[in-house]
Amino acid sequence: MSLWLVILACGAVTFATRLSFVALEGRRAAPGWFRELLPFVPVATLTAIVVPALARPAAGGDAAGVPARLAAGAAAAALAAVTRSVPLTLAGGFLVLWLAS
Amino acid sequence: MTTPALAGPALAHPGRSAAHEFWSGVRDLAPLLLGVVPYGFVYGVLARASGIDAAAALAASAILFAGAAQFLLAQLVAAGALGAVMVAAVALVNLRHALYSASVAPHLAHLPLRWKLALSYLLTDESYAVAMRRLGDGDRSPSRHWHLLGAGVALWSGWQLATAAGVVLGARVPARLPLDVALPLTFIAIAVPMIRSRAMLAAAIAAGIVALAAAGWPWQLGLLAASLAGILAGALAAPRRAR
Repeated sequence: MSLWLVILACGAVTFATRLSFVALEGRRAAPGWFRELLPFVPVATLTAIVVPALARPAAGGDAAGVPARLAAGAAAAALAAVTRSVPLTLAGGFLVLWLAS
Repeated sequence: MTTPALAGPALAHPGRSAAHEFWSGVRDLAPLLLGVVPYGFVYGVLARASGIDAAAALAASAILFAGAAQFLLAQLVAAGALGAVMVAAVALVNLRHALYSASVAPHLAHLPLRWKLALSYLLTDESYAVAMRRLGDGDRSPSRHWHLLGAGVALWSGWQLATAAGVVLGARVPARLPLDVALPLTFIAIAVPMIRSRAMLAAAIAAGIVALAAAGWPWQLGLLAASLAGILAGALAAPRRAR
């Protein structure tokens, strides 16, 4: 699948999700089990991306080693919990990555 | 306004015109741009560094208009994931928008289809959060959907400009940017503030463990398995509701 097709498909899926209940005009509420699962989707999915990306060696040659990446991730998590700021989290994570590698 | 609605709902709140609602939507959203603009800029830079060409990176902002999903797409492109896995992962990450849709639907039920299409396209984490403060305040003025439009248009403009700046400037900046770490760090910045309950923590731990165990699976299929495991763990750990 070409990247353009992927982008179009992702856009269609996203738009359909946003339109779903609006198109139903509020006549139908989301089913209960769906409501119970949904709050966990962002955290579960993002964690599923983050952990292997930091805990496994990079595919490329000269990327930072696993201990430095894990240290950067831990620092970023602490900063994110305290500051809730994306730029500050990135800055702190990169600082630790640079210091540790 | 305390005027009785003698002339019908259209005049119930003559003080809240469409323009007034629109601009208060823009004003309410404006402070959030402080966080959204750097985020969009980083997306533009990382999308280019992931090997996505400038036109496609910009098109993703216009077509998806969904920050976390666009970062995820960049990460999966860099990892060489299967196209179907990318679409499934984006669908999963954006599922939360169905909840937003359900929540704004009663407020938009009276509108013509073109309004529903436009406001659905603009329905994001930020515009939803801002607009629900207005839609949920009990004042059911007939122009209140203009507030969501104003918030959505403000966010949309900021996002497109920020990603465009990232795409243009990023072409020179990030030759030495450790891309493989930048994206996970961005996701940490998004995910960690959401972990505010034991159930949410259980979801994160389960997803992390399964993600490590399934990291060798082809086409990033382990990502989907880990995500589903996390979602189920969170739901199981959530306190049962009294019936």
